[in-house]
Amino acid sequence: MVWYILRRVLQVIPVFLGATLLIYFMVFALPGDPIAALGGDRGLNPAVADAIRSRYHLDEPFIVQYFYYLQGIFTGNLGTTFSGQPVSEILARTLPVTFRLAIIAIVIEAVAGILIGLIAGLRKNGAFDTVSLLFSLVLISMPIFVLAFLAQFVFAIQLGWARTTVSGEAPFSELILPAFVLAFFVVANVIRLTRTSVIENLDADFVRTATAKGLSRPRIIRVHVLRNSLIPVVTLIGTDFGLLIVGATVTEGIFNVPGVGNTLFKAILLSEAPTVVSFVTVFVIVYLISNLLVDILYAFLDPRIRYGK
Amino acid sequence: MSQPILTDPMDQHRIGAPLLEIRDLQVAFATQGGMVPAVNGVSLTLLQGETLAIVGESGSGKTTTALSVIKLLPGSAQITGGSILFDGVDLTTLSEKELQKVRGKQIGFVPQDPMSNLNPVWRIGFQVEETLVANGKATRGQDARAKAIAVLEQAGLSDAAERMRQYPHQFSGGMRQRVLIGIGLSSTPKLLIADEPTSALDVTVQRVILDHLAKLTAESGTSVLFITHDLGLAAERAQKLVVMYKGRVVEAGPSIELLQNPQHPYTKRLVAAAPSLASQRLQHSSTSVSGADLRGDDGVDVDLVATAEDRAARAKKSLTAPPAVQVENLTKVFQISSGKLRSEPFTAVDSVSFSIAKGTTTALVGESGSGKSTVARLVLKLDEPTSGRIVVDGRDLADTRGKDLLALRRRMQPVFQDPFGSLDPLYNIGATIAEPLRAHRVGDRHEQRARVLELLDQVSLPKQLVDRYPNELSGGQRQRVAIARALALKPDIVVLDEAVSALDVLVQAQILALLGELQSELDLTYLFITHDLAVVRLIADNVCVMRKGKIVEAASTSEVFDNPREQYTQELLAAIPGAGIKLGA
Repeated sequence: MVWYILRRVLQVIPVFLGATLLIYFMVFALPGDPIAALGGDRGLNPAVADAIRSRYHLDEPFIVQYFYYLQGIFTGNLGTTFSGQPVSEILARTLPVTFRLAIIAIVIEAVAGILIGLIAGLRKNGAFDTVSLLFSLVLISMPIFVLAFLAQFVFAIQLGWARTTVSGEAPFSELILPAFVLAFFVVANVIRLTRTSVIENLDADFVRTATAKGLSRPRIIRVHVLRNSLIPVVTLIGTDFGLLIVGATVTEGIFNVPGVGNTLFKAILLSEAPTVVSFVTVFVIVYLISNLLVDILYAFLDPRIRYGK
Repeated sequence: MSQPILTDPMDQHRIGAPLLEIRDLQVAFATQGGMVPAVNGVSLTLLQGETLAIVGESGSGKTTTALSVIKLLPGSAQITGGSILFDGVDLTTLSEKELQKVRGKQIGFVPQDPMSNLNPVWRIGFQVEETLVANGKATRGQDARAKAIAVLEQAGLSDAAERMRQYPHQFSGGMRQRVLIGIGLSSTPKLLIADEPTSALDVTVQRVILDHLAKLTAESGTSVLFITHDLGLAAERAQKLVVMYKGRVVEAGPSIELLQNPQHPYTKRLVAAAPSLASQRLQHSSTSVSGADLRGDDGVDVDLVATAEDRAARAKKSLTAPPAVQVENLTKVFQISSGKLRSEPFTAVDSVSFSIAKGTTTALVGESGSGKSTVARLVLKLDEPTSGRIVVDGRDLADTRGKDLLALRRRMQPVFQDPFGSLDPLYNIGATIAEPLRAHRVGDRHEQRARVLELLDQVSLPKQLVDRYPNELSGGQRQRVAIARALALKPDIVVLDEAVSALDVLVQAQILALLGELQSELDLTYLFITHDLAVVRLIADNVCVMRKGKIVEAASTSEVFDNPREQYTQELLAAIPGAGIKLGA
């Protein structure tokens, strides 16, 4: 098990380096000169421009700049925005909000997805199964902004159960509606996967043997069907965590959640390179860590992997 | 070595009143075309303390009959008529809740495939304990643990206490089957249903496990309903036999009697075709089943004794032929990952030498893990040897590359075990058989088509099959197609890797007869890889017995069977089911 985790951790390193190099290169290769843009229409004094360039190491070769950037990541110095705010400060303010949002969404996704999937799988081709299939299809085919506006309109404006937008503090109660939107954006896959693996496991030989052993039906479902079916589902939900952090951009925009997605979106509009690079880097790290956790969780759930190679 | 427990029909002192009475059972499967009957009016009676075997081919309804007793049928199956009286209660009328009290507690079940019948995510101990708790034999915790260890020890698992914390994938097939037998017997049921409990295991393991099962059930007076496709095994293990064919009972009676004097034509064919019994008949040179209708459904004669005797007569002249394949000191070492960053060498094939004379058959026999299939892969050059030489028709395989290798592959063709996996489901039969011709650019479209039809004829398949797809064919037909494909390029050498192992006995007999005919017709050389010694006797001229990568004994077939020198060979021979049954005595 220790070896398994160590190998997974080691595998993260090259992926991290490759991904950050790529991001840095792409931002670097963007057309336009941010320094020149700083001067606006009047243009910048060449001496000032040079001073700024050398201060941000912009006069050095690409790969050297990349190493300065890596150094920054590991020392917590992520640069400053054009308005002079340290990027790390913005991250420290926005990341917890997005995390909170994603965690609420994951809980909703897991509970709703597994429950609906389990019932649909146990009553294959029944009325519930058919309705859940239609429901999942609608969810899958609906873009997230439609879902978000719809939720806003029905629950906030028509029914008045929630606020249309989230206030500055982003308290738990106000995040529930955007979290539902996020969860419903990804829940369809969980429903389908749970349903499929429940059906598969119901047919498994060991479930038949469990019946022959004289176990009660509820115990068979809980211990032998659900536990085995959850292995792929948990993996899917785990990877969704990364997806939700990253994918929160649109939802955060619509509900005005002061999270990373919203901030990144604004930074892209302003071509604020340090903010964009830092945020995307954080996304990469979040993604890598959540995938790492999924791998470890997977080994925890499936002894064949834990005790395998 | 314990002797196989032979059941004497006279030994009935423990056998009492009827325990299980199946009357006119009807089971049907729901399909798109309506209800299709799978079991059609089956009746049988099992007495207390008795062992009864249901014998039949796949699709005969034997498993469906057995599973009906405790309603373990798949969702699409339904009992449509008849009754199943167990201890005076009609099981077909019980509710799911009531059945739950019968399952495990009063009727134990040992399933067929030890690999898939234990839940991979729970520890062995957990899976035994939950059975004991569910059937009220133990309370959760220390009590269940102690009793579970006792159950596993009784099932013959060594160091049961330590093994409780292990997972199924850390167990071998034989050990898993012991666990399943332990679970089946854990609540000392009155009846045990054993559905092909050892068909996935090596013969020597099979023998040890069945001996143990017989001992346990005899001690507790448990009746056993034994399901098997192997007539020899059934006769050896059960007092009574019920032979099923296409959902009906065709013949039933005391085992030895039924075997020595089969009445129904189907039973006669089955007795004639079972390799274990045929090999037995050769052994005792007793009278073969005379007057039996041995013609198969498609008109192919299946008297394996005749086939084998024919071969023996021919063997003498051909053994002097020059070698077609020569293997010298062949060694294959695999690097096995041992969990850490290191890997350990594992010698799968250990300096193996043999040669096959042109036009003859050499069989490589061994149990799983003996390295026999690795030898086949090396001979086919699907894998490179670590050291040693393989010479085919005077050419060293190691130096054969590019065009020469292609030419060599034309002359040496494989047939593999699984007739379901080795045919592409998207290719029709014609395209499947013609594929080697296309790959080697032999002839134009027209000639290829003609060759395909000729090949279908050679393997006794109707020409109409040319446009059909594999899923429309039976297992035996598929294996014929695989053989036709192997013969398409007119090879001299055919490597048959467990080519008949997945087939029903009657089909197996037909394919063995076909292989024999083709060999004498086309002067083919066979390398025949198998785990089944009984089959070897019928097809091979020479036998190499492999164990743990080494050849432990190599001699002509008759020598190996009549005077086995090595103890391992003797064990293998003794483990052939039905070995102890005297036929025609």
